[in-house]
Formats: sequence, structure tokens, C-alpha cells
Amino acid sequence: MKTTIYSAQKVITMNPNQPEVSHVAVRDGRILGAGTLEDLAGWGPYELDDRFADKVLMPGLIEGHAHSMEGALWNFTYVGWFDRMDPDGKVWDGLKTVDEAVARLKEAASAMEDPDRPLLGWGFDPIYMANVRMTRADLDRVSDTRPIGVLHASGHILNVNTKGLDLAGLLKPGNTHPGIPLGEDGFPTGELKSPEIMMPAGQHVGMDRAFLSADPEALQNYARLCVRSGVTTSSDLGQQLDDDLVEMFSEVTGAGDYPVCLVPFRINMGLSPKELVEYTASLRERSTERLELGRIKVIADGSIQGFSARMRWPGYYNGAENGLWYIAPDQLAEIYERALEAGVQVHTHTNGDEATQLAIETMETSLRKHPDFDHRFTLQHCQLASAAQFRKMARLGMCVNLFANHHFYWGDEHYALTVGPERAQSMNACHTALAEGVPMTIHSDAPVTPLGPIFTAWAAVNRRTASGRVQGENERITVLQALHAVTLGAAITMKMDHQIGSIEIGKRADFAVLESDPTTVAPEALKDIPVWGTVQGGRIFEAASI
Amino acid sequence: MMDLPVSVIGGYLGAGKTTLINHLLRHNEGQRLAVLVNEFGELPIDADLIESTGDGLIAISGGCVCCAFGSDLIGALADIQNMSPRPDHILIEASGVALPASIATSVGMIEGLRPDAILVLADAEQIRKNASNSYLADTIERQLNQADILLLTKADLVAAQQLKTVRDWLSEKFPGKRILPVTSGKIPISAALGALPFPARRAAGAETGHGRFHSLVLRSRHRIDAEVLGAALADDPGVDRAKGFVATATGMALIHVVGNRYSIEDVQEDHNTGVICIGLKDQFDQDRIQRIFETSEMRCQ
Repeated sequence: MKTTIYSAQKVITMNPNQPEVSHVAVRDGRILGAGTLEDLAGWGPYELDDRFADKVLMPGLIEGHAHSMEGALWNFTYVGWFDRMDPDGKVWDGLKTVDEAVARLKEAASAMEDPDRPLLGWGFDPIYMANVRMTRADLDRVSDTRPIGVLHASGHILNVNTKGLDLAGLLKPGNTHPGIPLGEDGFPTGELKSPEIMMPAGQHVGMDRAFLSADPEALQNYARLCVRSGVTTSSDLGQQLDDDLVEMFSEVTGAGDYPVCLVPFRINMGLSPKELVEYTASLRERSTERLELGRIKVIADGSIQGFSARMRWPGYYNGAENGLWYIAPDQLAEIYERALEAGVQVHTHTNGDEATQLAIETMETSLRKHPDFDHRFTLQHCQLASAAQFRKMARLGMCVNLFANHHFYWGDEHYALTVGPERAQSMNACHTALAEGVPMTIHSDAPVTPLGPIFTAWAAVNRRTASGRVQGENERITVLQALHAVTLGAAITMKMDHQIGSIEIGKRADFAVLESDPTTVAPEALKDIPVWGTVQGGRIFEAASI
Repeated sequence: MMDLPVSVIGGYLGAGKTTLINHLLRHNEGQRLAVLVNEFGELPIDADLIESTGDGLIAISGGCVCCAFGSDLIGALADIQNMSPRPDHILIEASGVALPASIATSVGMIEGLRPDAILVLADAEQIRKNASNSYLADTIERQLNQADILLLTKADLVAAQQLKTVRDWLSEKFPGKRILPVTSGKIPISAALGALPFPARRAAGAETGHGRFHSLVLRSRHRIDAEVLGAALADDPGVDRAKGFVATATGMALIHVVGNRYSIEDVQEDHNTGVICIGLKDQFDQDRIQRIFETSEMRCQ
């Protein structure tokens, strides 16, 4: 029964009764106590560990909406606009022109032995390059024999080279589908828009079954990214869990040195509502220290930047047709009712405000049939919720996870194109959500945007777009509110706040170890705070050696 | 080898997609069907048709199969294409809110597959209620609008007058759209999925729904302008489905007509010629169809 007491420059606890302390004691992977050395010495013999004496400890950061696929994507070539860190800690420079993207792909191709193997780039972001269109001629400069694909950051466009086009059976003139733009020669330019076109073509450029499914290597890489960003618990928001996949998750997370607790949610696809709820409920007992099971993720609509989110009147700013339902309202109702009955928590992806409204109304009717005073059904993204919707959510006992990173990555796009200035400034309305009493967290949706709760907190605090505008200054929240959101807030939405989210007696010894104090730096500089690593369940993980 | 035809079956929840699929499986007239459903859920296939289950696949009597595709339709289609023996027709049951034309677009991009028909089902009892639901209205309208053939299901559950009202409403909203009323999914496979004008591997039994349909096989000793024939049959309001081989000026062609749409496939091998047309008895005009055929004959050349 060994006790270790860590001294720190500061321990930020998220416990309102003692927000900041100097020491934290750990025993058996749990927090024995937080306070002064004198307070903690009362627990008996201890070993004082000063390795964090100049660091700041926070509750381990919790990512409430990400995908372990972020770990798998690094098997492919990053060609995005922004600098981005890979699992090895290498920061890949953002690429500012098509030529730079071509050059990086060339380099990757030259390292490949098999000349027929597809090469896939990801994260390409032409909206920052004055919307320049990449063409197959550009990618043919990488290779005209190897199939090459470039997936855009929005996830809604795929560029392929001539070889890729040929393999997809599209190398012919006269295609009339609006998602397949044609060049002056009448042949497709190589740009493929919308999922129904990307998916069949994608299999020829590396987006095959293996690309889409989780594997041990991806989980390992994802965990390394977690350590680098101070994350000790992460959702994996949407896995088609079956017995084999659960077994894989159990094995990987069960290894003694696995540094994160993963919370994979069972996505609604592929199972009827009845099976979905029954199977997910049956998974609860297979939870372990580092694998939390038994939650459902439902996808209600598409995305705003893809114009597939379901919008209420008056719809999209540019006049685009309303988006798509990904679940029938009656099926959503059946899932909610069955899940409430079985005590299974449901998180629902709603991007547009019409999808949010449907979820709220469905919640209300379902609760009448199966009252539950602590269900914490959570709306994920919920980007366009109005004050009235937040009010209703609070009264119904719902939680929210807002997509704060969107302000930075797509804020300018939302302002100009998707929802227009008025709604852009109240998107992801963190201030309103908190003011109305909705338990709230904020997220990256990695790999859609990079994993990094400190950055996400910065985005919610500053609401700066990529072009530098503050969009919606009244919806900014304080640094402390944002730090609460990425710790205790996230724990609350996943019903894990009794275990994690604050540095308090009895909770798991999960800490984010920071090089400087987020509560004293200028709010603008929050995102630049270096992460030393983490402590997870009392085990120490240094980013530099992970 | 000719491309494998794929039909998409769409329509909101409760429209009768499962019932229709079971009927087609039960009365497959020798066609080997591969059915792709979103999820197995409450088992989509009647128990007495199932021969075995396992590995995410249900084997069904008559060489048919059913599997669930979840979120990987493309992968599931590839699996079906690799089956031996190859199925004759793939049916994709779209989810209740899916846009069937998007699925057909994906299918059209896969080598070896040919998007054949979009059949959208509308429940005669529920469709107007669903179409006025503010969450669903635009989705249902898009689904119905994408149909090659609209199947008005559960026609027996509503009074004749109500059925007429629904039909009139559909005809007004979607002018020119082929509308087939059906009961308990009873529609011959030749009317739903098409069939070649040759003896079926298995004869049609009773209860198939054949009684409400007329069919006609067109044969000619002349060469046929396949484009002219296809367009004219697609235009004829009484023809729901037509399919068959004709000899053209340049070789052989396979004509497919589904509702208002037709396509022509050039074929290399020789086939017996003949085109079978099928439609509802009360709208099917044999003489008119025969005349259409004659105008497409290339007698003077």
C-alpha cells in the first residue's frame, strides 16, 4: 500500500472547495487526497516525488467526442493547411499550395516499394487557398501509374489522379452527375464530391475496408496522441462494436502500459433499435479499468459544411437545399424509449437546428413513457442550438457537447456561406448553454480537427476564426469555464464524473501535466501551453518518450 | 458477362419494403436474388424461406441470399459480386430516410453493376400523413420523386375512394410517374424487377399477383432501332417494365425499360431476340404496344 505524494507548481483541482492546491497523494492508482503536504502526511508513510515540482497538474483532460481513427490516418499522408502533430510527436508543416501538397505526396510515393499500391493524402483544405481546385493533372505529377487520392479536410470531397479515375471507371467523357465536375476536355477533373460518389471511388485509392475499421495499431497511435495532448480518457464516438471488436479493444487497452481509458460508443448503424439497446446494455459488464462500454451513439443528420445538416427555416445562407436525415424520426424515438427503459445512455449527433429540435421533442415524449431523472442524454455538435433549445434541454435533463473547434477551422466559411453572419456568431453557443444550465463539454471530433482539449478550450474562450476575427464575442466563456468543460464537464456528459474529471479524494489518479499555468497565461495564449504528458491511473506517461 | 442489375427499394418506415422483398423471394420464378438490408433487426426474411444463417449471411431457398450492410454498402456489394453462382439481381433495401437515387449513384460507379430500377413504396394509409409531417415532408417528396415505379402498398387496407384520392394526389404531385397499387407485396417479379422473355427456371405459382398484370412478348424478324423502341416503351403509360434482346443495325442490344426510363446495353454474345412488356391490366394496351414496336423496326434499311 504505497503512497506517493507529488508536489507541483500548482494543482488545479476543479473541486470548488479547494480550487488550487500544492500537492496530490496517489495510492493504488487513485487519488488519496489533494491539499498541502501537511494535510496529506496524515494518511501515513509516503514517498515525496518532486518530478512535477515545476509543472502544473490538472485533472486528466477528457475528449468527449473524437474517433480513434485519428490514430489510423497517420498511415496516410497529411496534406492539410495547418501544422499538425503525428503520434510520434513530429509536427508536419501545413501546406499552403497545391504544389506543396504534390511535393509531399511525391516524397511519400518515392518511399513506397510497390508501384501499384494506392497513395492517399488527407486533410487538404483549398478553402484557405482561395478555393483553388485540385485536378487530376496535379496529382498525375505525383504519379500517373499509381492510384492517388486526396481527401479534403471537410470530408466531403476526394480528388483522384487519372489512374484513380480510370480504376473507378470514370475516365470517360460526358458524365452528368453534379458531383463529378468535368474539365474542358469533357472528362472528369478528378474532383469527386458527395459521399455516394466518394465511397465507391475511394476504395481504389486506399479508402478500403481496412481504412474504415479500427485496428490495434490505430488504437496505439491514438493513445500516443492522447498523451501528447494531456488526454487520459477519450470517447471513441461511433464504433460498430461487435464481439470481435470489443475483444480487440479489451486486449489493446488491457495492456499494462496502455495510457488512456477509451469509451467506445456503439453506433446505431447495422442494428435494429431493439438489438442496438440490448447489445449495448450487455456490453456494460465487459467494461474494464481502461475500457468503458455501454453507451450508444446515434447520428441524426449530416454536417453543416457539407450542407447535409438538417436546418430549420430559413435554411442555408447560400440557399442550398435542406440536408439529410440519417435516421428516421420513428427509429430515433424507438431507440430513446428502449434505451431509457434499459438505462442505457444515448449521445445523438445533431448538427443542424432541425435535428436538434427533433432530438429534444423525441426526448420529451420518450421521457413521458419512461421517466428517468438522470439519463444525461447528450447532443453532440448541436452547433446551431438556440437559447430556447438549450433552455428546453436543461429542463429535460440533457447535456451538450459543442464543437468549439469549428469557430477556428470553419468559422469564416459559416459566416460567408453556410449559415450567414447572424447565426455564425451564435454557433456553438457555450455561454448560452452554461447560462441556461445545460451540463456542457467541448470537442475536437478528431480527426475532423486535431485532438487537443487545450486548443479546444482556447477556441471556446476566444472564438477566433482562422482569418483572425472574433466571431460571437458574447458567446465566449472564461478560461476556467473552458477548463471545466474539458475535464469535469466531459465526465458529466459520459456519466463518469464519480470516477474522473477532478482531482478529488477517491477519483482515479488521472492528471494532465502542463509546462505552464493555463489560469495565468493570457487567454489568447492558452493554446500554446506545452503538455509534458499525463498520469493515468497513477501511471506516468511522458510525451517525449511515448 | 453482362453487368449485374441492382434495384433499390426505398420508402419510409412501414411502407412495406420487407413484405415486398419477402414476396419476391418467395415467388422468384427462378431468379437468384441477393438482398441487402441495413440491418437484420427483427428478421427481415420469413422464417420458412431461410435455409441457413451464418457469417452475416442468410441463405434462402432458390439460391437467394440476404445480408446486412450496416455502414459498408460498397464492401457488401463487392462480396455479392464475388459469390458463386452469381446472383441474377441485387435488391438493396434503403433505410426509411435514405434517398434511393444516391444509392443508385454509388451502384452506378461500381464496375460490373448496373443500377436497374428505383422502386419507392408508399403506404396508401400513411403516405399523406407522413408527407405532411414537417420533419419528413421534403425527404418523402424527394424519395417519391426519385422513383422509377411507385408502389402504392396496403391498397387493400383503404376504401376504394381513399385509394383513388391517394392515387390522384400522387399523380398530381408526380405527373407521369408509374403508380402500381399492390396488396401484401403481391407483384410478379417480372413487373417489379423485370424478366427476360424466356421460360423461367421456376414457374410462377399462384398468389404471385400475375393476375392483375398483362404481358406481351414482342418479336421481329427485322432489325430494331433500340433507341427508338426504348424511348417509346418508356413513354407508354401502360408499360411498367420491358426487357429483352433485339437485333440492331450494329449487333445485339439488351433493352431495359423501367417506368419512364430506359437504357440500352450492347451485348457481344448472340441471344434469342424478344422483348417482354408488362403492365397493369387496366392500362395495358396490346395494340398500342404492338404499333410502337413496329415503328421501331428498320424495314427500309
